[in-house]
Amino acid sequence: MANVSIIPSGDFKTSYGTDTTIFPTRTSRNFAILGVVLLLACPAFMDRYWLSLLIQIGYLGIAALGLNILVGFTGQISIGHSAFFGFGAFASAWLNNRWGVPVALAIPLAGVLTTGVGLIFGVPAARLKGLYLAIATLAAQYILQDFFGRADWFTGGSAGTIAEPLTVFGFAFDTDERYFYVVLVAMVVMYILGTNLMRTRDGRALVAVRDHYLSAEIMGINLTKYRTMSFGISAFYAGIGGALYAHYLQFVSVENFTILFSIQFLGMIIIGGLGSIMGTLMGTAFMVLLPELMQALSKMVSGTAIDVALNLRENIAFLREMSVGIVIILFLVFEPDGLAHRWKQIKAYWKLYPFSH
Amino acid sequence: MTLLFQLLVNGLIVGALYGVVAMSFVLIYKASRIVNFAQGEFLLIGAWTCWWLLTSWQLPFWIGFPITLVFMLVFGIVLQVVVLRPMIGEPIISVIMVTIGLSIVFQAAMKWMFGVFAKPFPPIFAHATMDIFGLQVQTVYVVSLGISILIMAGFGWFFKYSRLGLAMRATAFDQQVAQSLGISVRQMFAMSWAISAMVSAVAGVTVGVVNGVSSALSFFGIKVFPAVILGGLDSVIGAVVGGLIVGVLENVAHYLDSQWLNWGNMYEIAPFYVLIAILMIKPYGLFGTKDIERV
Repeated sequence: MANVSIIPSGDFKTSYGTDTTIFPTRTSRNFAILGVVLLLACPAFMDRYWLSLLIQIGYLGIAALGLNILVGFTGQISIGHSAFFGFGAFASAWLNNRWGVPVALAIPLAGVLTTGVGLIFGVPAARLKGLYLAIATLAAQYILQDFFGRADWFTGGSAGTIAEPLTVFGFAFDTDERYFYVVLVAMVVMYILGTNLMRTRDGRALVAVRDHYLSAEIMGINLTKYRTMSFGISAFYAGIGGALYAHYLQFVSVENFTILFSIQFLGMIIIGGLGSIMGTLMGTAFMVLLPELMQALSKMVSGTAIDVALNLRENIAFLREMSVGIVIILFLVFEPDGLAHRWKQIKAYWKLYPFSH
Repeated sequence: MTLLFQLLVNGLIVGALYGVVAMSFVLIYKASRIVNFAQGEFLLIGAWTCWWLLTSWQLPFWIGFPITLVFMLVFGIVLQVVVLRPMIGEPIISVIMVTIGLSIVFQAAMKWMFGVFAKPFPPIFAHATMDIFGLQVQTVYVVSLGISILIMAGFGWFFKYSRLGLAMRATAFDQQVAQSLGISVRQMFAMSWAISAMVSAVAGVTVGVVNGVSSALSFFGIKVFPAVILGGLDSVIGAVVGGLIVGVLENVAHYLDSQWLNWGNMYEIAPFYVLIAILMIKPYGLFGTKDIERV
């Protein structure tokens, strides 16, 4: 049914191939292409500020997709994702500064290095489940964070490290308008990779491990291998995202990669929807725009009695921090399947309109 | 050598506090199978409440402290009923994330209300330090050690002899059977959160009196993990032993580090290395039930 333009109101699939297509209809494919084209045109009419937000959504979205492959598709928990993100950022800067590797190469290499670190932590993690794994990754977060502060040769210690801008054939991607395209290309590539991974044998094995690990093992899936692999893939995505972040800001500081940042990553995938690739992007956008929303809200009430009573101007940082926690809790209680699920419901409603029952 | 001995004593005293917090953590886990990542925030909220009563209202300690405990009791019940009760039956990651979300919210709220800087308690004891066998020890620490032992003994009595404690143990053992015997499982869940919040607040106030109250207190909630994993996640005795070991361990690591290694920051990080090692070798801890499925 790949060549129809609207989704038929029923299941008429005749082969497994049609069940795993990325775009079920022509229209959805065209819309996806249109979306990318529109994004390509963004730097022409958007101002700096919005562009920087889009770039943030881009590199955080890549890292969040890695976490979603681990948590949403494989069912492992990680509370240490920001440490891997940070490792990728430092690794890319280090490869460039210390070894003179060109940035365009340092970014994927940083991803590979981070994969190595992910596998090191993945080996113990492959033996643990659920809550024990959560605690182990929590320890990994603190250990890596401590390592960042200590390893002067790698991270520049408390002073941080400079990351050169990305330069290809003498053309420097050093402004927001230019860097936007780098992040966009990286994001599209990584998301297509992620989507395709889930259509392969390995991807299905990951989902099987999540759904019922015993059945999966009986079916001949090597649990240790796939759990470790999932950690590696997740770290790879985090490393790429972190490297993009480093060369965007052109400075990496040790203090950024805290537990709160890890929790924000978890928040992104929970809000977007565990086990949903498009949802990851929605959740990331939500998480990036949330502080802006808070800012707008506080501006709206500024000068009123609420503003004076809560002293919003000085405490906006805490309000943002709090909103992250509140949003996570609200989503878990009221919409545990995230924005992706909501989006599906909207689509289903229109698919069956006007005879939805 | 005196330094090492001093550090050991400090370790035991701080470890006893870890033990108390770990015990209240285990209490929640045993009763309702919820891993509470917001345990450290209980310390924080308790300490700030007590501080606020003592400074803003100028209440004497012996009035302010009981009020704090009553407040934490109510707070624990409300938290369980409003936030955690809807999560019963949800997958483990959701429950973990809810408690993590709670910890962020509380921490930000406390910073918002009381500022980010550490604030000292008004002096409570006439003498700040005591002399025991030639060692200088903070009076509060000695008192806190006493309180810790008292709480532990109280827990022992509570679970062994009191009706409520027996009911809670029954609930932890098998919820369905407990319910069929007429125990209200809902009430037991709420009670476990209430007691846990209250006991954590005692630890929070104690640490606050020594170091001043600041959001650094909530790090106790993180330090609890090495302690409970070491002792076994569902063992109250294990929590106490684990707490003591972690307390001594971090001080010894600090000593070794300052003498020879000079890596820095071992005081904070050493327990986490131990944590990973234990998870690799003996994930059910020293006293825990061995029901973890290995893969």
